[in-house]
Amino acid sequence: MDNNLITRLGDRLYEAFVEQKTLVPFTEQYPEITLEDAYQIQERFIERRLQAGEVVVGKKIGVTSKPVQQFLGVYQPDFGQLTSNMIYAEGDVMNLDELIQPKAEAELAFILKEDLVGPGITAMDVIRATDYVVPCFEIVDSRIDNWKIRIQDTVADNASCGVYVLGETRGDPKKLDLTLAGMVLEKNGELLSTSAGAAVQGSPANAVAWLANTLGALGIPFKAGEVILSGSQSQLVDIADGDTLTCTVGGLGSCSVSFKGRTAVQRKTQEQQA
Amino acid sequence: MSKNITLSREDIVRLCERVEGAQMRAVAIPKLTDEYPSMTMDDGYAIQTELRKRFIEKGHKLVGWKAGLTSKAKMKQMGVEVPSIGFLTDRMAVPEGGKISVGALVHPRVECEIAFVTSQDLEGPRCTAEQVLAATDYVLPAIEIIDSRFQKFSFDLQSVIADNGSSARFVGGGRPRYASELDLRTLGVVMEKNGEIVEMGAGAAVMNNPAEAVAMLVNILHGMGEYLPKGSFVMSGGITAAVAVQPGDFVSARFQELGTVSVSFTE
Repeated sequence: MDNNLITRLGDRLYEAFVEQKTLVPFTEQYPEITLEDAYQIQERFIERRLQAGEVVVGKKIGVTSKPVQQFLGVYQPDFGQLTSNMIYAEGDVMNLDELIQPKAEAELAFILKEDLVGPGITAMDVIRATDYVVPCFEIVDSRIDNWKIRIQDTVADNASCGVYVLGETRGDPKKLDLTLAGMVLEKNGELLSTSAGAAVQGSPANAVAWLANTLGALGIPFKAGEVILSGSQSQLVDIADGDTLTCTVGGLGSCSVSFKGRTAVQRKTQEQQA
Repeated sequence: MSKNITLSREDIVRLCERVEGAQMRAVAIPKLTDEYPSMTMDDGYAIQTELRKRFIEKGHKLVGWKAGLTSKAKMKQMGVEVPSIGFLTDRMAVPEGGKISVGALVHPRVECEIAFVTSQDLEGPRCTAEQVLAATDYVLPAIEIIDSRFQKFSFDLQSVIADNGSSARFVGGGRPRYASELDLRTLGVVMEKNGEIVEMGAGAAVMNNPAEAVAMLVNILHGMGEYLPKGSFVMSGGITAAVAVQPGDFVSARFQELGTVSVSFTE
């Protein structure tokens, strides 16, 4: 793809984000789109958010589980950028009005105390460079029609990142078993599913190492203080007004988030029915 | 709670012999409800009790019990609200790292479970998870090898109970721990087959807390006129889905805080 088209598609994603609209998948309109093109479109999309006053606060890793990789036909994760308007604190009520077609994922977040500069980064470096880990929810959202995404679509769309909330219990990765720690996910007090850290690339630290190496190759900085959402340890969970989700990580603690309001897709559906 | 036994004594003995034969010869039989469609769960337990008596008369030693159908998904699938239980004998025990001959089984599958060893008697009908934890000496990780002796995996609660809850073999091992030092709900487990991760979960998958499943087991025992004597080994139910195994497979269950249990399968 030429640079003009890349810029235009990044702009279209930004406009869709601002106007809460969805787009026809790029992979339908431009079947020749490559993963490299998609990351460049993502860069433009983020550039527009930064121009509007946001700052980069971290990264998210996506496509880390085997079922999702098989579904998308890719055998490595992807990543997106976390920006300052995506942050919610535990205890906040998340406003669905600001999202298009959100779904929740339970994850472990890493907060770095040292820069991680790939290539050559291993999971051991990740543990060394991590200040602490916390349980968290990533609320993914898609600016693509009906989540009809292929890997290039989600990568261009900032890895389908929406917003996120970090739990308040901080854990020292040297005192935890990141691979075997259980993950218990509840919705409105009912058990939804259980899993373990190994769901993410065999161990969440492996996913963070992958990210450091991938960013290193692309020349993208990966700095101390950044938040890294390491990848989903649960299935995608539907959320609606009044729901409360809690995820609890064995040996660490929990993160809860409540939701209010109506998503853009819900509002549109209700208008059509009226 | 009065028992709802519909089968005659002769029928119970005959069906017990049929199940025993299927277990001993490793052959699949039609589910018992094909012949006795109105068979009840209590009938199933009556057959299981007959089977237990026969094994004990033959010199097998009763070492404990297992809870089955303890996950919401499985209970929903079966249309039941209570788990089932089965007994465990010394003949079903396989040492950690041991080998299991698949030829002696019909269609074996493996599950990862948290097992309890009790230090006090536990009795229903209102046994609670708190009582279970107070009466627990230690917990340990376990692999259960279940084997339904019924054709085509046809899943029917009454028949499964008569078939001793599909009990076949079990492997306990890893690291024993005091339950009071652990959060059994969030305790994670990763099951690997031949080095590949095949299943994952955490303790809450078992009735929201494995200790709840043990309490339920004690209450079912009470309905059978029994109690759980101290020193019992109790498997609380599969945290993970059951995974089929074949000769040559090596299964390893890695538990948070409890170490690893492994077992391999031969012809």
